[in-house]
Amino acid sequence: MRRRFSWGAGLWLFIGAAYFLIPLVATLLFSLKSNETGQCCSLSSYGEILHDPAFWKTLRLSLILAVETIVIALVLLIPTVYCVHLKLPRLRPVIGFLALIPFVVPPIILVVGLLDVFKGSPSWFYAEPYGFLVGAYVILAFPYIYFALDAGFRAIDVHTLTEASQNLGANWRTTLFSVILPNIRAAALAGAFLTLAIVMGEFTIASLATFDTFPIYLQYINQNKAYPAAAVTLIAFAITWGAMLSLLLVGRDRAVQLGGAK
Amino acid sequence: MEAGRGVRLPLAWLVVLPFFLYAFAFMFLPAGKVLFGAFQDADGGFTLANLEEITNEPYRTSFKTSIEVSLVTALLGGALGFLIAYSTIRDGTPRWIRSAFTTFSGVAANFAGIPLAAAFIATAGTIGIVTQFLAGHGYNPYEHGFTLFSKTGVELVYLYFQIPLMILVIAPAIDGLKQEWREAAANLGATPRQFWRHVGLPVLTPSLLGAVVLLFGNSFAAYATAYALTGGSVPLVPITIGFYLSGDVLSNPHLSHALALGMFVVLAVMMAIYVPLQRISSRWVK
Repeated sequence: MRRRFSWGAGLWLFIGAAYFLIPLVATLLFSLKSNETGQCCSLSSYGEILHDPAFWKTLRLSLILAVETIVIALVLLIPTVYCVHLKLPRLRPVIGFLALIPFVVPPIILVVGLLDVFKGSPSWFYAEPYGFLVGAYVILAFPYIYFALDAGFRAIDVHTLTEASQNLGANWRTTLFSVILPNIRAAALAGAFLTLAIVMGEFTIASLATFDTFPIYLQYINQNKAYPAAAVTLIAFAITWGAMLSLLLVGRDRAVQLGGAK
Repeated sequence: MEAGRGVRLPLAWLVVLPFFLYAFAFMFLPAGKVLFGAFQDADGGFTLANLEEITNEPYRTSFKTSIEVSLVTALLGGALGFLIAYSTIRDGTPRWIRSAFTTFSGVAANFAGIPLAAAFIATAGTIGIVTQFLAGHGYNPYEHGFTLFSKTGVELVYLYFQIPLMILVIAPAIDGLKQEWREAAANLGATPRQFWRHVGLPVLTPSLLGAVVLLFGNSFAAYATAYALTGGSVPLVPITIGFYLSGDVLSNPHLSHALALGMFVVLAVMMAIYVPLQRISSRWVK
């Protein structure tokens, strides 16, 4: 019983597509307007952004923060999730619950407490984005990295792999780095790309803890320069979408690997 | 493995310890500070004055505005998202449309904050593309009471991430409506309207309610988008907390704790509604 395409459904799809696409197209057109005349088409807004040292400085800072966040979150979570799957399955719901908290408690609440707790801490931590801000971002990354890793570990047979490796005489380091890690690489990458997208866009904590990251720069341009704001918005899109697309590609890669293993 | 258990168990606990320590330092300590701070006066003594204070103006208006914006965008976003998701899934729609919408929703649901606000300013701001287009055709929305930098504007912008979130959350539930049920109902002489009235909607209700609750929380917690759009002229609760933290308001610091606690209570109630609903709806959705 195949049903035909209905005009009602077509109407809703059209509304959805229009709502999604109009702001994107409008931002593109807006970014191409000339600063002097307000007329189309000129690349001067893009030039202005790309020649602004603050753009590169904040972009670089945010990228470094993202990498640092990803590394710390992976180092914290890979052994934990591995251990939980191998030895402590009873802890899995507890850790899952803890990792879910940042989804429920928004950054605006988190930052109120964090600023209070670490107000008196040494300035190499509290006054540095590489300290305080990364500390907070690792918490924001927890749900993304944990659930990616948890799915990754569920898809492989941790017990068999570990025992086989140990029976062949490998120590735990060899088991972790040569057997387990290659098998969860795709999962770890998926979590890492999501974290990259989150850190590159995080505004609340950075702004209230007064660190000049890339989103703070975006807001500064947004407030002060109309057309370049649209240009830098599209650049920010490209970065986020790049991370998301990489995620899709990694996901496809994983599906192939799983199919191959079976 | 049995023999080694006595030795290995403590080792396993040692491996998970850093995670718990980290969660303690960066989640539980801050949460404790907020919780206790909300009940402290300026000298650190116990008081309920902060919590009483946030039920007065201007905080009452903040909570009212936040809840209104969240309700409107959750209900509208939920309804539109459901209709769009259903339209992509129903039989007559080509498959590529569904995958296009799903992929795009995955991106758009995560697209919030400063870039989203900037995109809407370029679209529907005072000199935005759509505004100028409409003005060129004799209808300038800014001369008819509309402005993007208002509560309506915030709602319009929030829908941009609410609708995709709804599509992502509700699509599996719609998939769970089995084709056999529709055929069985049709064979028994039910009209499509009767199918929806007696089968489709009852099965989907827990999922729909759960999704709307999730959308509510999503909008209630948002800060950056509204801040970038209005600079604080729409007094949502997160915006008010932000004013306190950035020192624009000189006053009792424990008020920000009380406001954060108030937000947390609203979100916790949302989760308490969401989790059981999720459990009911997972009966149908495999």
